[in-house]
Amino acid sequence: MLGFRVIPCLDITNGRVVKGTNFIELKDAGNPIEIAQYYSKCGADEIVFLDITATFEERNTTISLINMTSEKVFIPLTVGGGVKTIMDIRNILNAGADKVSINSAAVYSPNIISKASNMFGKQCIVVAIDAKNIGKNKWNVFTHGGRVNTGIDAISWAKQVTELGAGEILLTSMDKDGTKCGYDVDLIKIISNSISIPVIASGGAGKLEHFLSAYNAGASAILIASLFHYKELTIKQVKAYLKCNNIPVRL
Amino acid sequence: MKKIAIIDYGFGNIKSVLNALHYLNVQAFVINNCTSEILNFDGLILPGVGAFKPAIDFLHDQGFDKAILDYVNCGKMLYGICLGFQLLFDISYENGKHQGLGLIHGEVRQFIQKDNFLKVPHMGWNNISIINQNLYTRSMFNNILNEESFYFVHSYYAVPYNVSQVSSVCTFGIQFCSSISYKNIWGSQFHPEKSGEKGLQILRNFIDEVNINK
Repeated sequence: MLGFRVIPCLDITNGRVVKGTNFIELKDAGNPIEIAQYYSKCGADEIVFLDITATFEERNTTISLINMTSEKVFIPLTVGGGVKTIMDIRNILNAGADKVSINSAAVYSPNIISKASNMFGKQCIVVAIDAKNIGKNKWNVFTHGGRVNTGIDAISWAKQVTELGAGEILLTSMDKDGTKCGYDVDLIKIISNSISIPVIASGGAGKLEHFLSAYNAGASAILIASLFHYKELTIKQVKAYLKCNNIPVRL
Repeated sequence: MKKIAIIDYGFGNIKSVLNALHYLNVQAFVINNCTSEILNFDGLILPGVGAFKPAIDFLHDQGFDKAILDYVNCGKMLYGICLGFQLLFDISYENGKHQGLGLIHGEVRQFIQKDNFLKVPHMGWNNISIINQNLYTRSMFNNILNEESFYFVHSYYAVPYNVSQVSSVCTFGIQFCSSISYKNIWGSQFHPEKSGEKGLQILRNFIDEVNINK
């Protein structure tokens, strides 16, 4: 059976992991390649690098980081953060990433999705949606880290990006992100039921039971950052828990 | 030392396969035209990026289709990955109807999506059941346990007419062929270069076959 994916996310700036962890197995807690290798060994199904840098120079550092990572990590690698143009996407893929996650650029010029999808294949185009609840069963798409309300309905946006050729949606609840009080299950359910492509759930996980609710709501994968980062949970624990609850996972 | 060539159709990322082969200490090269005589290589990989039609058009235009046929007839090892696997077949129904290389009899069909429950592409790790415990299957899955998981990402699946060429099957809504191994032709719908240690083991097995081959 197709496994429910557990995906660790690393925030990267200037080629380094933000707030480096202290896994005893690691020599250098801020080295993204080492951490990616470590997560891969621990059973991560994919790895996400989120580039939170702003400058052009730092962006080039990220490209060489992707190059070096792809020489040593043999599970799928997604790179996102600040992707604006087809050229950005090409550079990231050519460096050895398997997928590119597009956020704001997709909202402001949706045709980048269809262009990229036709050019590189839909399997490598992930559209990240940051959604905020604005009323009963109603969410809007936000950009710029949740600061800008685009006024776009998240459900219709999810349908639209699917039509345009996205291969996957990375769905983050701005309301739940960082709260550790659980996923926005209604959001996951409603989006997942509306589209035919996989949904990666993000935002709100704090304990094991939350992953079960994300799966039951229809998510195909979960993206986890700080819980793994600060060793509150391990990939093995998460997978063992899911397995215990009869959810298919790769062990 | 034996040399392995990876055919670059001219679009998408083939670096992953190259990286994996380099990681396994193999001399691997990317080629994109027939002037690099593929008969000079001991192993050949058709990687898995892009859509069927542009890829097969590229192979035709560059004269690779005939060259691959000659190569295979020499008994040299060929491995098609994902799209490269689908290219081995007679016909694909991806965006129309297109002739493939015809090295393996069968066709490539689209997953039928009945509702939003079955999310296509079939993306992620899925376990495979090894079938046909013959010599070819055993060499492909040497040191791999049955029901091991591999990384898939595809919206189309291959249907070989000759079941004896199938080396593993996988289930996603329906049961489909996840790999073939027949004589010197290997193909897998999954990506060994993206399937962690188990995937690398399959590539090692391929390299072993290349090395023992004449």
